[in-house]
This record gives sequence, structure tokens and C-alpha cells, in this order.
Amino acid sequence: MSTALDTVATEVAVQTRGLRKTFGPVVAVEGLDLEIRRGEVFGVLGPNGSGKTTTIRMLCGLLTPSAGDATVVGYDLRSQQSEIRRSIGYMSQRFGLYDDLTVRENVRFYAAVYGLRGAALDARIVELFEQLELTPRAEQLAGKLSGGWKQKLGLACATAHHPKMLFLDEPTAGVDPAARRRFWEIIYDLARDGTTVLVTTHYMDEAARCQRLAFLSRGHLIAQGTAAEIPAQFGERTIEDVFIELQRRDEGEAA
Amino acid sequence: MLARFRRAGLWPMLRKEFIQLRRDRLTLAMVVVLPAVQLLLFGYAIRTEVRNLPTVVLDESQSSESRALIDVMRNTGNFRVIGSVASRAEVRRVIERGEASAAVIIPPDFAANLKRGRSATAQIVVDAADPMAASAAISGAALAGAARSSAILAQRTGGQPPLEVRVRPWYNPGMRSEAYIVPGVIGVLLSITSLVVMSLAVVRERERGTLEQLVVTPLGRTSLLLGKVLPFVAVGYVQMTVVLVLGKLVFDIPVRGSLLLLYLIAGAFITANLGIGLLISTAVKSQVQATQLGYFVMLPNILLSGFMFPRESMPEIAQWIGLVLPLTYFLTVLRGILLKSASLSAIWPETLALVTMATVLFSLSVLRFRKTVE
Repeated sequence: MSTALDTVATEVAVQTRGLRKTFGPVVAVEGLDLEIRRGEVFGVLGPNGSGKTTTIRMLCGLLTPSAGDATVVGYDLRSQQSEIRRSIGYMSQRFGLYDDLTVRENVRFYAAVYGLRGAALDARIVELFEQLELTPRAEQLAGKLSGGWKQKLGLACATAHHPKMLFLDEPTAGVDPAARRRFWEIIYDLARDGTTVLVTTHYMDEAARCQRLAFLSRGHLIAQGTAAEIPAQFGERTIEDVFIELQRRDEGEAA
Repeated sequence: MLARFRRAGLWPMLRKEFIQLRRDRLTLAMVVVLPAVQLLLFGYAIRTEVRNLPTVVLDESQSSESRALIDVMRNTGNFRVIGSVASRAEVRRVIERGEASAAVIIPPDFAANLKRGRSATAQIVVDAADPMAASAAISGAALAGAARSSAILAQRTGGQPPLEVRVRPWYNPGMRSEAYIVPGVIGVLLSITSLVVMSLAVVRERERGTLEQLVVTPLGRTSLLLGKVLPFVAVGYVQMTVVLVLGKLVFDIPVRGSLLLLYLIAGAFITANLGIGLLISTAVKSQVQATQLGYFVMLPNILLSGFMFPRESMPEIAQWIGLVLPLTYFLTVLRGILLKSASLSAIWPETLALVTMATVLFSLSVLRFRKTVE
């Protein structure tokens, strides 16, 4: 376990080479080369239809890439799916919750699906409830929760098994500003404990909170770097200016 | 084997499904209320045999002979005499108004003809707008006519009638249609639960995005599938038991054969329907579509399987369609075991057909289901 390759694998959480996905004639993602380091909060930015969700779904194993290779937490995307599934957490825009189960039942179900049993399961539920302040809502049906609470519950379910890598697909859509701020504090707690986080967003303030960013446009990676580096690459002042410029260009091409 | 499922998360899946089943009022109603309602509805309302047709009499003969004929007709049970009328115009009027469905018309020369040893004629007018009632009237009239004829003939010759046909209705001596219908209700209910309700439950997971969430977990595909379908197998067996018990208590439906055999073959029938349900769930995008497709499948099941109408009387093409429906075979099994105490040696062709359908449909659906969640 101490070869050079393993050392690299522990430093790099996600590595993609020439990742491509087509749906019939439509190219959703083209030639994507990404490198995400361990313990990093990595943001993927881009207008709607730029390929963010397709990328995240490929890395989680929900979509099979049309071409290219990738490793996720050191495992090969094509041949080591079950190892990857055990090591990652995923939260979609819809949070993936059962509306007719209570908060506690949702967390218990997902934790059990990830293999937790008995006392370890009970202890983990207590821990998650404290960490995400879910205790007051424990017996409430998930369907009755507001967006912010659903988001926290979704995060509890996605992290029940201490994943090494967390994929968040537009996690703060439809969530109020206070809940968003609290959510990001939790994300940083997770990252501090060694979890790598990949998050897609189109909120500029959230982009600024990411340690590094990738900019996608029409399926292509067009920039990678820190929030400070990227505007300079485009001769713009802020990330928002870059974003708007890209969107304008996309719409111009589409017309 | 069990340990493998344990690791793969079958138990949490089952636990979750049962909590959801318990909480979903609509499903719960379908599980508990539907069997009772269907049983009572079909058991009481469906009468394929017609008795007690309201009948008027126009007796222009007014003789002991004419009254004897009317008595015989009344005794067939197919006619209920509601009164006498005085003219043919009145016959037309009461039938047009729907007050009577049949009229017995005995002409003035009826008794005279009989006395002279000639053929006497009586007429029965039937409202054939309802063919089922009409055929009951026709068979009742024929029966009464033949019985009365042979009695008169015997009187004249002083001997015994030369021919007598005795009918013995086996298995259902009272000729009650509920004995035919109620076993069928079990088959229809099991189809609804394992086909329609189950496919809805799978589509609901897809719609809410939880199926996608489950796919990124280490939950095994087999556990996912079994966790989704096993609860409905259990529900199906509960419904079947409810109908059997209620059928016995309310309609006195006999259980003459082996219940164990019935429950075993029901397993094959449920599996075949689960297969169809899963195929539906992979083919549709929304619960609305799943419901529509489900009813599209249920309709031929109810009409062409022999649940309400005997398949023998259907056009050939309808009979062929009936042959690909699992319910057709299960109905034979149900009626065979419950009413005729049939053993496996009597119903093995149907059993073989069901096991084959279950294997093919379920394997196909599992393959397709796996593909759509990958």
C-alpha cells in the first residue's frame, strides 16, 4: 500500500481524462479533464445545460461515460463501481428523500442501506442529528419540511456512512439565505474532517466559497483555478462577469 | 443466502416499504377495503342467471288447461306472474313501459284444441332488448312446454313418457353465479395489487428521485428489486385470505380442495403479474401513465379471462387473447380447487402455463429493470 501510485491516489480524490457523454446526437460533456484534490471543496460552475449535472452523474455511476476514464477516491470508474458506491455520498437537487417517512426513518433507512447496524447505527443517528441540528424535527414527516430542513436531512442521509467524497448537485436551490450560510459552514466542517466535496452551483457567492473552481460551458471545461485566478484568465473583474459573458456567448451561438 | 441479502440491505428496504405501506392511506384502502368491496359488488351484483322475470298473462282460454300451463311456467322459477291483462294492446303497453319483460298469451281455442287431440298453441312474448333475460324466458318456456306436453301425452295414452332427461348440476347444485364469480374475484384482486399497485410504487420512487438515490448506494440490485416486490406478494396473500374467509362467511363459497396447493399456485400467478407490473414501471415516466397502462392491461383480464363471461362463447380471436392472460389459467385453478376439489393431476396444464409465464415475464422484467436503473 505504499507504492508511488497509492500515494498519488490518496492525494487526488477525482481524476478524469477525456471524459465524454453523448445522448444520441447531443454532446453533453466533451473531453473533460478534471483533477480534484483530497479534502478540497471544489465547485463546478456553468450556465444551465453546460454539463454540470451530467458530469456529477457520471462520477457517481448513474451514467456510463461514452468515452474517457476517471478515478474516484482511487477507484476506477468503469471497473470498481461497488467500491466507489461505498465511498461516496450523493445529494441531488431533489434531495432523494421519502416524503412519507419521518426525518429519523429517512436517516435510519439510508444509514442501514450503507451497512450500519445495531448500536453503531443508533450512535451515528444521534451524531448526525446533533451535527445537523435535526433533533427537534426528528419525528416529522420529510414531506412536511421546508427547503432548508430538507436540504439538511438530505445531507444527513448522504453522509450517514462517513463518505470520503461528497457530490452535491445544486444543493441550495430553493433554500433561504440563512439556511444556505449554515449549510456552507457544515460543508466546511466536513472538508476539515477530510471529506472531499464537489458541488455544482450557479450562485456566485457560493462559487466564491469554493477553494477551486471549474467552469463548464456547453459541455467543455473552459477554465480551472481559484476564484481569484479565473476572472484574470478572461480579462474580467469578477466570476460573475465571466459567468454572464459565457452565458451571453452560449445564447449567441445557440441563436 | 440470507446473510448475503442482509449485507446487501434487503432488510432495511423491506422495513421501509412496510412503513410506507402502512402510512399510505390509498394503498392501505386498496389492500383492505378493495377486497371487501369487490367481493360484495361482484358477489351480489353480477347475476349471469336470470330468474323471476316479471310476466303478465293474457288468458283468453280461461280453462283448467290454460291455468295448468301457467302453473308449470311459474314453477320453472324463470317467470314471476305480476298480473293478468285483457288484450294484446295491453300486452304491448306493459312491455313497452317496462312493467313486464314477458307475456304469456293463451288463445281462446287452447282448451278446445287439446280436447280434440290437436296441437294447442300458446305464445310467449319476450322483451329481447336484454338478451340475457330473453334467453332465460325462452329456456323457461321451452322447459314448461315440454314438461306440460309430455304430461298431457302420458295422460292420453295412459302410459309413461317415453323419454326423460334428468340434469344434475355438479359442483354448484344451486347454480349460483356467486360460486362462479367469487373465486374469480381473488384472481382479479391479486392482479390489481401485484400489477397496478406495485408498478405505481416503483414509478413513485423514480418520480421522487429516490430510486436514483438508491442506485448510488451499495444496495444490491437484487435487494432493491426484492425489497420493492416482496411486500406486494405479502399483501396479495392477505387479500386472497380475506376474500376466501368473507366468501365462505357471506356467500358460503366452498373450499373443497387443497388450500396449500392453491396458495402455491397463487405464488406463480402473483410472480407473473409482478413481472408485467415491473415491465410497465420501466416503460412509463409518471404515475398517471402507469395507471393508464395498468388499466389497459386489466381490462382484457376482466373481460376475456372468463372472470365474468364464459370464454367458450367468445369469438375465436378473443379466446386466443385470453390464452396469453395469466388470469385465464388461474381462474381455472381457483374454480377447480375451490369448487371441484381438483388435485394437481387435474390442473397441471394450467399450473405449468402459470409457472412458465411467471418465469418468462419476471426474468424479462428483472433484466429490463436492471438496465433502467444502471
